[in-house]
Amino acid sequence: MKKLMIGNEAVAAGLHDGGLSVVSSYPGTPSTEITEFLAVYDDIHSEWAPNEKVAAEVAFGASLAGARSACAMKHVGLNVAADPLFTLSYTGVNGGMVICVADDPGMHSSQNEQDSRHYAIASKIPMLEPSDSAEAYSFAKSAFELSEKYDTPVLLRMCTRIAHSQSIVETGEKQPAVLKDYVKEPSKYIMMPGNAIKRHPVVEKRIADLTELAENCDYNTVELNSDEIGIITSGCSYLYVKEALGDTVSILKIGMPHPLPVKLIKDFAKKVKKLYVIEELDPIIETHVKSLGIDVVGKELFSILGEFSQQTIRKAFGMSAPDSVSADSPIPARPPMMCAGCPHRGIFYTLAKKKITVLGDIGCYTLGAVPPLNALDSTLCMGASVSGLHGFNLAQGESAEGKSVAVIGDSTFMHSGMTGLVNIAYNATNSTVIILDNSITGMTGHQQNPTTGFNIKGDPAAKVDLEALCKALGINHVRVVDPYDLKACEEAVMEELKVAEPSVIISRRPCVLLKSVKHSAPLKVEKDKCKSCKRCMGLGCPAISFKGGKAKIDSTLCVGCSVCKQLCAFDAII
Amino acid sequence: MKTTSVMIVGVGGQGSLLASKLLGRLLVDCGYDVKVSEVHGMSQRGGSVVTYVRFGEKVYSPIVTEGEADVIIAFEKLEAARYSSFLKKDGTIIANTQSIDPMPVIIGAAEYPEGVLSELTDKGLSVEALDALALAEQAGSSKAVNIVLMGRAAKYFGIPYEKWISAIENTVKPKFVEMNIKAFDLGYNS
Repeated sequence: MKKLMIGNEAVAAGLHDGGLSVVSSYPGTPSTEITEFLAVYDDIHSEWAPNEKVAAEVAFGASLAGARSACAMKHVGLNVAADPLFTLSYTGVNGGMVICVADDPGMHSSQNEQDSRHYAIASKIPMLEPSDSAEAYSFAKSAFELSEKYDTPVLLRMCTRIAHSQSIVETGEKQPAVLKDYVKEPSKYIMMPGNAIKRHPVVEKRIADLTELAENCDYNTVELNSDEIGIITSGCSYLYVKEALGDTVSILKIGMPHPLPVKLIKDFAKKVKKLYVIEELDPIIETHVKSLGIDVVGKELFSILGEFSQQTIRKAFGMSAPDSVSADSPIPARPPMMCAGCPHRGIFYTLAKKKITVLGDIGCYTLGAVPPLNALDSTLCMGASVSGLHGFNLAQGESAEGKSVAVIGDSTFMHSGMTGLVNIAYNATNSTVIILDNSITGMTGHQQNPTTGFNIKGDPAAKVDLEALCKALGINHVRVVDPYDLKACEEAVMEELKVAEPSVIISRRPCVLLKSVKHSAPLKVEKDKCKSCKRCMGLGCPAISFKGGKAKIDSTLCVGCSVCKQLCAFDAII
Repeated sequence: MKTTSVMIVGVGGQGSLLASKLLGRLLVDCGYDVKVSEVHGMSQRGGSVVTYVRFGEKVYSPIVTEGEADVIIAFEKLEAARYSSFLKKDGTIIANTQSIDPMPVIIGAAEYPEGVLSELTDKGLSVEALDALALAEQAGSSKAVNIVLMGRAAKYFGIPYEKWISAIENTVKPKFVEMNIKAFDLGYNS
């Protein structure tokens, strides 16, 4: 069947048609849709795990039991799953196992720009990298055979432009899902020193065998068009090279960035006068080519930073850019922001008003950092708000404990906030953690998590009781507040900051974008009563603007949360 | 044949995803090689969003760069101006005259350039402005702005009217088909 698919849908179709039985993932842009599309199939067990380490270990267990398994995550998610990754390389697999990882060059929705290919090299696991949805389908499907033949997990690397670009895919036959026999094999699967020492040479032999494969496989292809210029490239860079230079240059397209071939590269280099490596992010291929003693142009011409485009290639090869015209008027930026009625706003307004130091985390609420709220002091990685606050308070002492908090979402708390909270209780700082419980994983597009009471299919599931959990972790002071109630928010924050022991505030209200959430009637400003004090503007609500010297509420955006109404000292908002 | 490049630009939440879905399917049905590129995630929270649609005999790059777009379909006036440098010299911007204030304007840190479309026309760009929101409301739903704009842009694709209508029938939910066809017609005949 011929169909337009985003790369992530094609990966899902490829994994399914490759005989996948079990997938476990944690959402993360730009990888999320792989698992969402897999959840549509009834012949696969799909699930959202609390974090990527759990997901990878679930996939390991399924593979050990003999099933073909997968997990998907964003690039920083692989940091979380790195622990199982490195030793999975030693154990190898029973059923084929594919670890999908999506990089985000240009940081459209990420906190850093790390290059996942380093993980393939460091863990000695083969990696495949498609250039479009058709390849995403075929690489994902064939990855299982590669995995089982070479007894290794396989990394499938996507990037934002491949993951979220639609192109045409012709799907093929589905291979039946097979459950291989499980045979107890301690020397292979119990990685204690005596066994692991014997597995290491197996890993080294395997990477040598895979290098042999890389010399002559369908993943790496050569297009000989010119003996002047040769380009080694991969992923979306290949598309930009073809767009800009067409058939005027020779190309070695790398579909398996680890392990890289040796002879294939040497032969290709001999056939051209000048050799370039064009790859986004770090000089992985370039370093390899240079290690072979081959003269090559790479990062001196093609940046280590951000995304490329066909224009990047044109510029590098001295081709002129097409003419373009732009307006002279300054165009105001349109940064992302918290939605009208976002339940996080009330808490952030309170924290900003009270000038509290806020260690932030990863999710929609990272937008609490932008003007006019400017409420955050740090955002590092999933969970770092909670553990970071403890360290901050240790360093600054009692004076900080009364004026600093951590904010973390429900899903992120499940992901890696709990261990930080245990540490706060165990190692005793008077830290105050605010769990922003909006009953969903918001930023990645509304995925269920262990606190929502539903699973990936939307069916009822066990629901974590956050209050009981925090108490069980050793926190005596746990209270729940409605973030739409500004007075209650301020009371809760100020009281818990004063308490001479660790405390947790659960700010609970579902995401306003959830279909199950009923909106109240939009509010409006009574012009006569508005004194133009602009206090309501301090909320940074996209529904409120200041027109003709008075505040104005956009009735198409307002959901009637009433937070602005509570702020107005003149009862002008009704 | 050469590759045609289209951009759909707007504000997160305006429904540009449905427009690109409709266009993508239609172009595949017409036998073209097609690439559609959009970015999900953080930028969608009320931020500036852009979708690239490219079609032809063989399409490589999924994205459009400055000076390359044959048509820019802008759901909002400021976004039309933001991406005008992506337009080819002889390209056309279909611009909804609706304006949505971005946060810097809301908080008074910047001014909304109200006359920006005529500024672009003065510079020699072909700008077709229309009040797609009013036409969408006339069709029965303010949410049909996307389909009104597709109707207006239709003539630039060289695809027969009937194919657009069947693409709408295959893309939107059955109960919204009639309203969306009305919206498409209002844009098409505007």
